[in-house]
Amino acid sequence: MKLNWLYIAWRNVGLKKLQTTLSLVLLAFGVGLVSLLMLCEKQLSETFDRNIEDIDLVLGAKGSPLQLILANVYHVDAPTGNIRLSDAEKVMRHPYIAEGIPLAYGDNYRGYRIVGSTEAYTGHYGATVAEGREVEGSFEVLVGDKVAEATGLKVGDEFFSAHGLQDETDVHADKVFRVVGRLEPSGTVLDQLLLCTISTIWEVHEGHGEAVAPEDREITAVLLKKRNPLAVLTIPNTIRDTNMQVALPSIEINRLTQNFGIGMNTLRAIALLIMLISFASIFISVYDNLLARRYELALMRTMGGSRGGLFLLLLLEGGLLSIGGSLFGLVLSRLGLVALAKLLEDKFRYDWSNISLMPEETVLIGLAIFVGLIAASIPGISAVRIDTSRTLSEAQ
Amino acid sequence: MLRTTNLAFRYEEDSPLLTFPDVECPALGQLLLLGESGCGKTTLLHLLCGMLQPAQGTVQINGQALDRMNEAERDAFRGQNVGIVFQKSHFLQSLTVLENLAMPAFLNGATLDKHEGIHMLEQLGIAHKAHSRPRDLSTGEQQRAGIARALIHRPSLVLADEPTSALDDGSTEAVIGLLEAQVSAAGATLVIVTHDQRLKDRFENRLVLTAQYPSV
Repeated sequence: MKLNWLYIAWRNVGLKKLQTTLSLVLLAFGVGLVSLLMLCEKQLSETFDRNIEDIDLVLGAKGSPLQLILANVYHVDAPTGNIRLSDAEKVMRHPYIAEGIPLAYGDNYRGYRIVGSTEAYTGHYGATVAEGREVEGSFEVLVGDKVAEATGLKVGDEFFSAHGLQDETDVHADKVFRVVGRLEPSGTVLDQLLLCTISTIWEVHEGHGEAVAPEDREITAVLLKKRNPLAVLTIPNTIRDTNMQVALPSIEINRLTQNFGIGMNTLRAIALLIMLISFASIFISVYDNLLARRYELALMRTMGGSRGGLFLLLLLEGGLLSIGGSLFGLVLSRLGLVALAKLLEDKFRYDWSNISLMPEETVLIGLAIFVGLIAASIPGISAVRIDTSRTLSEAQ
Repeated sequence: MLRTTNLAFRYEEDSPLLTFPDVECPALGQLLLLGESGCGKTTLLHLLCGMLQPAQGTVQINGQALDRMNEAERDAFRGQNVGIVFQKSHFLQSLTVLENLAMPAFLNGATLDKHEGIHMLEQLGIAHKAHSRPRDLSTGEQQRAGIARALIHRPSLVLADEPTSALDDGSTEAVIGLLEAQVSAAGATLVIVTHDQRLKDRFENRLVLTAQYPSV
C-alpha cells in the first residue's frame, strides 16, 4: 500500500473529469497552434533558403520582381514573359557575373514543368542522377524524384508534353520526350521538375511551324551568380533599354515572408490567447479543487501532513495538467503539419516531412509547464494557509 | 498519559477567554467529555491534539508538552501519536477506502502493510468495501472506516469528536462498541467529546463541560 504525492495528485485530477478535460483541451490547442506555427515558419524558410542558395540575381522579363523569383526559382507562379537569348548572353558575359544558368520553359507533363537548362542547373543544387544518365541530346529528359513518384515515369518511358504550365488540353502530339534518367531527391525545386536541354524547348515550338531565327531565340530567365558585389548595382543599368529586369531573390523573399508575417503574427496572438485562457482554466481547476477539498486538506494536516506536502500536492495537480496538455498539443501540431503538408504538396509541391522536436518547442513546452505550475501555486499558497481547526469546525 | 492544566483559549485578541477544567486520563483509560453545543467541546479537542494553541495552560501527551513544540513538530507528533475520529468522517474522495487507510502512514513517512489494512477493515466489518470509493459507503460504514483510519497507525491516544451524533441508536451502539474494543485491542487511550446523552452510561470516567462565555 505505497502512496505518494504524485499518485494522489493523479487521482485528484482524474476525479474531476470535465474540468480536467477542459484544461487539457485548451492547453493542447494553445500549444498545438503555437508549435504548428513554429513548424510552418521553419519549414517555409528552410524550403525558401534551400532554393535561393547562391542565386544572387535573377534575370528575366520585366514585370513583378516577386513573380519573377517565384516563377523561376520556385516554379510556383507564371513567368513574366520571355527574353531574347542574345540580350541575356550579354549579361551573362558581364565581367561582374561569375555564372549564369539559363532557363527556358513553357510546357508541362501532367502539371509538372518541363524546364530546359544546362548541366549547371543540376550542378548548382548538387543534384545527382540516381538512375539512368544525364541529358545529352534533344528530347531527352531527367525526371525529378517527386515527379517520378507522382507520374510513374521510369527510365526509358516516352511521353508527349502539353503546352502551357498547368493544363493538359493542348498536347504536342508530334514530339516525343524520352526519359533517360531520374534525379536523386535533393529537397529542392528540382524534385518537382522535368529537365531537358534548352534547344529541346525551342524545337517543341518550332514544330508548330513557327521557325525561329537563331538571333530571335528566347529563354525565360537566367539565374545569376555575381563575381563582384557591384553587379547588383551595375547590371540594372546595363539592361535599362531592354525588356529585361533583374531581381534579388533574398530581398523579394524577405518581402514575401514579411507579408506572411502579419498573418502569422495574428495567428500567434490567437494561439497565445488560447494558452492564456488555458492557464486560467488550470488555475480555476486547481482552485476549485482546493475549495471543494478544503476539508480533505485539513484532514491531511490532522494526520501529520505538512504544509509543504499540501503545497506540493496542488503543484503536482497543476503540473500534471500542464504537462498533459503540452504533450497533447505537440501531438496535435504534428497531426496538423502532416495534414497541411499533404494539402500543400498537391498545391505547391513542397515536401514537409520533418516533424522532429525543435529547440524552440522545448522552450515553449518548458514555458507552458512553468506557467501551469505558477497558476497552480496560487491555490497552493492558499492550501498552505488553511486554518486546520476552523476548516474542520466549519464542516461539522 | 493525557493531562491538561489551567487550559484557556481565545479565538481573537479581544474575544472572551474560554477556560477549561483540567483533564486527566491515564494510559489505556477511557474518558467521556460531555457538554452541550457551544460549550467549547471541539475547541478543547483541537487544543488536546495541538491543532490550536492555548492562550494559557499546557497540554501533555505521554509526558510531552505540546506548547514546547513548533507547528511542524506538533503536526508530526499528532500524526504519529494521535488518531482522530470525526463526527462525520471525511475522506479523500479520489482514493479508495483502503488507500485512505494508508494516508496516515504515508503522511508520517511510513508504508501501510496491505494485509494489515484489510485485517483492520475486517474487524470493523467493512472489508468488502476496501476498494470502494468513500462516497459509496453508508454513514455507518463511513464512521467505521473513520475509526479504522484513526487506529491504523497505532496511535497511543484516540480522540473522538461526536463520533455517534450522526448515527441512529442501533448504529451508535455498534460503532461505539467497535471503537471501545478496537482502542482497547490497540492499547490506546480513548477520549470522546460529545453531547450525545446515549453514551453517558457507557463510561465511568466522565467530565461534564459547562457552557461558557462569561459576561464581559
